Amino acid sequence: MQSKPIALTILDILSVISLGVATYFALVFAPTELFMGQVQRVFYFHVGTAWVGMLGFILAAIAGIIYLINKDMRWDRFEVAAVEISTMFFFITIVLGSIWARPAWNTWWTWDPRLTTAAITELIYIAYFMLRAGIEDPEKRARFGAVYTLLGGISVPITFMVIRLFRTIHPVVIGNESAAAQGGFSMSGDMVTAMLVSFAAFTIIFIDLMWHRIRIGGLQDKVEELKLKVSM
Amino acid sequence: MKPSAPSLLKATFAIVQKDLAAELRSRELLSAMLVFSMLVILIFNFALELNIDVRKSVTAGVLWTTFAFAGTLGLNRSMAVEKDRGCMDGLLLAPVDRSAIFFGKAISNLAFMLIVEAIVIPMYAILYNETRIFQPEFLGVLLLGSIGYIAVGTLLSAMSVQTRTRDVLLPILLFPVAVPVLLASVKASGGIITGAPFAEILTPLNLLIVYDIVFIAISFMVFDYVVEE
Repeated sequence: MQSKPIALTILDILSVISLGVATYFALVFAPTELFMGQVQRVFYFHVGTAWVGMLGFILAAIAGIIYLINKDMRWDRFEVAAVEISTMFFFITIVLGSIWARPAWNTWWTWDPRLTTAAITELIYIAYFMLRAGIEDPEKRARFGAVYTLLGGISVPITFMVIRLFRTIHPVVIGNESAAAQGGFSMSGDMVTAMLVSFAAFTIIFIDLMWHRIRIGGLQDKVEELKLKVSM
Repeated sequence: MKPSAPSLLKATFAIVQKDLAAELRSRELLSAMLVFSMLVILIFNFALELNIDVRKSVTAGVLWTTFAFAGTLGLNRSMAVEKDRGCMDGLLLAPVDRSAIFFGKAISNLAFMLIVEAIVIPMYAILYNETRIFQPEFLGVLLLGSIGYIAVGTLLSAMSVQTRTRDVLLPILLFPVAVPVLLASVKASGGIITGAPFAEILTPLNLLIVYDIVFIAISFMVFDYVVEE
């Protein structure tokens, strides 16, 4: 039985601290937005979780490709970890977005391109887990999982482009000057700082969770192996 | 390649021929798809109150939903037949390139889907007095959409038949990945029916072509990994 690496414990503590710091920056440090008021503060965590969600899905697709090339189970564990964590974070993003949308758009949900794409992305990765659950052979499970993350990773951007053909109301906060009409806002310096802190915090949390999940995946495989040895 | 091995084209054609001949004798796949399509249209008729005003805007959506559902039925069946009787192992043992199996199955699946469309479209036109769906542009979009749908569907059905949940899994795997092709098709064919200017149809049409090319290429590349034992 291998014990928990010391670096991981340090990272755990760092994650908790950075979450606290990000919360402080979002709730206290950042100025209150002029038109939307306090509810705009949800934005910092919304963008932070969305960022790690996307990051995980991209990493999963890359891990899938590497797995298909070298058939090393470690990449499969990496892929599962990334998809699992990102699906969760992405769900949080959607929930936080809804909380913001209710006062800003006067509705919890609307079929805007980004929202629709987010919903479809969630569905793709839920399907991914259903696919894996239906296969017993670990090697085949890894292969099919890799193929499906690859398909999903390519389908999502095209989905976004297609739905873009219909009008969008989601504010483009970064790199857009005239977004105010859609509920967007121009960010002051302190807001940018709070956003960057949130990015950094969620990246640290993501790395920490990834490490944990990959480690659990490795231990799981070891348990399977030992069980097999005992039964023989 | 060994001198005795048939060319890719020949092998692909042989698989298509086998599928079509088998279907011609049993007719179980096509009849199921057709009856199912009719039922879906019937249900839409009541669910959406397809009167003359509504029809103009929803015809494309109704038809594409019908074809997508009927398509999963056909895809499932066509792969399940191979798997159940061990035909897939036979195909894999044949001294041909694996991509011939993919293209063979995809082309025969596409043929089934097109046959169903060729029967359902005139039926729809008669039932709802909708002649605008006979425009060549509309039929072109239908072909492009079917190609993209079948390409990714053939790959995913080869995966889903090897799982424990098989038939249930295919639509769950296929629909979210095929959303772009369905949306672009609905958008383009809807535009054609309502007589929108060509520039408006061009964007979804371009995306449809991009999707087709990308997904045929990907499915062709990863099919090996899906069927290998």
